[in-house]
Amino acid sequence: MAASATASRPDGVAKVQGTFAFSSDLTADGFLWGATLRSPHPHARITGIDVSGAWRIPGVEAVVTAADVPGKATYGLISSDQPVFASDVVRYVGEPVAAVAADHPDTCRRALAAIVVEYELLAPLVDPQRAVDGTHPSIHPDGNVVRHQRIVRGDQTIDGPVVVEGTYHLGMQDQAFLGLEAALAVPDSGGDGVELFVATQWLHEDQKQIAACLGFPAHKVRLTLGGVGGAFGAREDISLQVHTCLLALRTGRPVRMAYSREESFLGHVHRHPCTIWMRHHAELDGRIRRIEARFVFDGGAYASTSSAVLINAVTHAQGPYKCDNATVDGWAVRTNNPPCGAMRGFGVVQACFAHEGQMDRLAAAVGSDPVSIRLLNAMQTGDHLITGQVIQNVAPVARCIQETAALPLPDQPVGGHDANPLRLPGGSGLTADVGHVRRGIGWGVAIKNLMYSEAFDDYSTARVRLADGVAFVKFATSEVGQGFVTIAGQIARSVLGVDEVVLEPIDTTIGSAGSTSASRQTWMSGGAVDGACRLVRERLFERVGTAHGVDPLRLAIDGSDVVDTGGTLRVPVGLASAGVVIEQTFEHHHRPTEDLDEMGQGNCHTAFAFVAHRAVVDVDLELGLVKVVQIATAQDVGRALNPLSVVGQIEGGIAQGVGLAVMEEIIQEGGHVRNASFTDYLLPTFLDMPDVVISLIEEPDPMAPLGAKGVGEPPTISSTPAVVAAIRDALGKDLWRVPVRPADICL
Amino acid sequence: MSDPAGTDLGSNQAYVLHVNGQGRDVRDAWLGESLLFVLRERLGLMGSKGACEQGECGSCSVLVDGALVCSCLVLAAAAQGQQIVTIEGVAPVGSPSDVQQAFVDAGAVQCGFCTPGLIMATHSLLERSPEPTEMEIREELSGNICRCTGYGRIIDAVQRVAVARRSQVAP
Repeated sequence: MAASATASRPDGVAKVQGTFAFSSDLTADGFLWGATLRSPHPHARITGIDVSGAWRIPGVEAVVTAADVPGKATYGLISSDQPVFASDVVRYVGEPVAAVAADHPDTCRRALAAIVVEYELLAPLVDPQRAVDGTHPSIHPDGNVVRHQRIVRGDQTIDGPVVVEGTYHLGMQDQAFLGLEAALAVPDSGGDGVELFVATQWLHEDQKQIAACLGFPAHKVRLTLGGVGGAFGAREDISLQVHTCLLALRTGRPVRMAYSREESFLGHVHRHPCTIWMRHHAELDGRIRRIEARFVFDGGAYASTSSAVLINAVTHAQGPYKCDNATVDGWAVRTNNPPCGAMRGFGVVQACFAHEGQMDRLAAAVGSDPVSIRLLNAMQTGDHLITGQVIQNVAPVARCIQETAALPLPDQPVGGHDANPLRLPGGSGLTADVGHVRRGIGWGVAIKNLMYSEAFDDYSTARVRLADGVAFVKFATSEVGQGFVTIAGQIARSVLGVDEVVLEPIDTTIGSAGSTSASRQTWMSGGAVDGACRLVRERLFERVGTAHGVDPLRLAIDGSDVVDTGGTLRVPVGLASAGVVIEQTFEHHHRPTEDLDEMGQGNCHTAFAFVAHRAVVDVDLELGLVKVVQIATAQDVGRALNPLSVVGQIEGGIAQGVGLAVMEEIIQEGGHVRNASFTDYLLPTFLDMPDVVISLIEEPDPMAPLGAKGVGEPPTISSTPAVVAAIRDALGKDLWRVPVRPADICL
Repeated sequence: MSDPAGTDLGSNQAYVLHVNGQGRDVRDAWLGESLLFVLRERLGLMGSKGACEQGECGSCSVLVDGALVCSCLVLAAAAQGQQIVTIEGVAPVGSPSDVQQAFVDAGAVQCGFCTPGLIMATHSLLERSPEPTEMEIREELSGNICRCTGYGRIIDAVQRVAVARRSQVAP
């Protein structure tokens, strides 16, 4: 593997030359454009829909509403509670009500404007606490509480001697992938099936949900991955999939749908806003004795993955620290706010912001410091979570902290040696006075579960065919930019000794690969490709052994040759596989997990990874502006299969963590999104992004098929509290919410 | 096709755009269409990407008479008579430019959606400033948003090109 660890992306040249086909680039002869009519109200009863005006517009070929959905009226990842189109009630601003197909995007726009929907307004539920309290009528037949989970462990009477508590709040973050939702649906002749090219995180889950809504058996809906322009969780749920297929089947013509940026903000789930109360009880030296916590996640109008996000949060409430006693309550509730679901970090981002704020308060209360308090409490392999689950993975928490602490601090003073205003908070626009700028340093440390939890049989499938020295590798793993396609080739080359690897189309003609989420594909699909390659290699060794009278168990791959480890035989793989085809399929399943019981006890998670972040910020105390100067991080990666890709995941994940800390928030008022654009939803640019210094901690995990842990989520998790801690350090004042706004600093 | 403007004015007027050194006829286009839409949907040049429709993200960057612009903000019909260069005009397929190859080698590409725009912006920057400082790179490219990489490997790619070009120029 080491020899090929510098492999570059197989899709890299196509991407830099603009020839890589993203889902929005796919087209077909005679296609129509599709578009969606959405609710302007957070909560209303539909009393009438008149689509006749749309039909009168030349160029309109289809208008569909809930009445036209041939199969199941609803869909959803965990519970099927979301209508394909609202028919009786709309529950959030942006909920689909109708869709049209026409010959031009602007014809679609005019057709949507010509549809008359009569609404009777209902009181919206926008305060998640009212859902917890049960003081608002149900806004959905399934009720206003999506899930409540307690965790009760150990001695519930422990009180003090040191007690710190706080209430923390996180705003709603958007995944803001660059490649907007887009798909191309091509109906089968006769209309008894459909082919969908779509950017998604999980082809087979989409297939299942789409087929049910279309009233087809799954095999009548065939999916191929359209090039994915980023995902970060926002493509785990269905958005335009059913609508596009329905319009194609209705018109008998290919249909392209492509969201605008505003529509994308309304049309996919976001990171849950969350309010967390936490109280830590500790010894006088700072050792944690007991934690109490209460989480309220605003899931918005539909369930999506809220129940799983909640479980991640409550089971990670202690952070990467030893803790024997706990009392935790968590709610994920339904409101008439935008639906929330998966985003990188998935519930652990919220928990970490709170437990890391608590660790700093604890350090202050016992006269310790941020590094010492975390080292004192750092968990290690063999420790248990507050669910009773024992951490069996490599758990180098202390090493993450120590190696981060050893990374150099920035060598530039405030404003830099060159006194460039771009280095100051606010950049060149609102130039800070160096004299009003104060530097701060803060810490964040995290634990993150990898793969799916709670008894879900989470598996991935790969098929490998070796023919004439070429390996053909097939999987349904969504490549969303993370680089699975790169390591898939590396694994095949390394296990089989081939030079040429052909990656076959990513589609539903093979078994599921599971979702590209939960930092799981290196472990799961990497394990599947590795497993299939090993099976092929066994068959190859049997052939070579038979042909040369050598025990196959003595054979091994050395470079691009099959060699006899106990003799002199050396046969090139190309020669050994000449004229034959060896094909094997392998499913990688991780070890089974359990449901939590009523007390929140059980081995619900599969595996864990760890990370530490140290942030350095400059804060203008008068203007309330922040410049994040540097993030240092040491991350537990198990084994870096492709170090350049790992660095890319770490830097990119930190950018999203920094964004949540200081600028990214979907502003809502009464259920209405007020900043659904890239002008108003702020994203880190080249000038906002700090220097990142990285130490990779490589302790191969014996539980992982390749020793490698997933690396995508941890960078996003504790970078946010580290930045906020650094701002607190600069200010000498508490901060309780993210993103930190100028008014939070200077008022 | 129908008249998407809903009026008899402004449609079905043919015009010519000069794209990547070639005159290209644009027929049956509504005059309200952006340059990005016409490049992609009328001329089949799908390399330029749309991600914000308001000039914030730079994914649709092209050169118009040598100036780096967001093609989502330019009316296609208003670009008649100007020389337009898109990502497809940077280098022949299969023979990436030095900037393009550096992006691949440096790990500057993940999902790749922002990449064509960044390639255009980087070529433009290095034309104007062959040896940019890191801060200059950050400022010049700050009109291009990347959501995957955190920018670190992109800065590295730009610096690699600047170094390589300097060593080629040096005697």
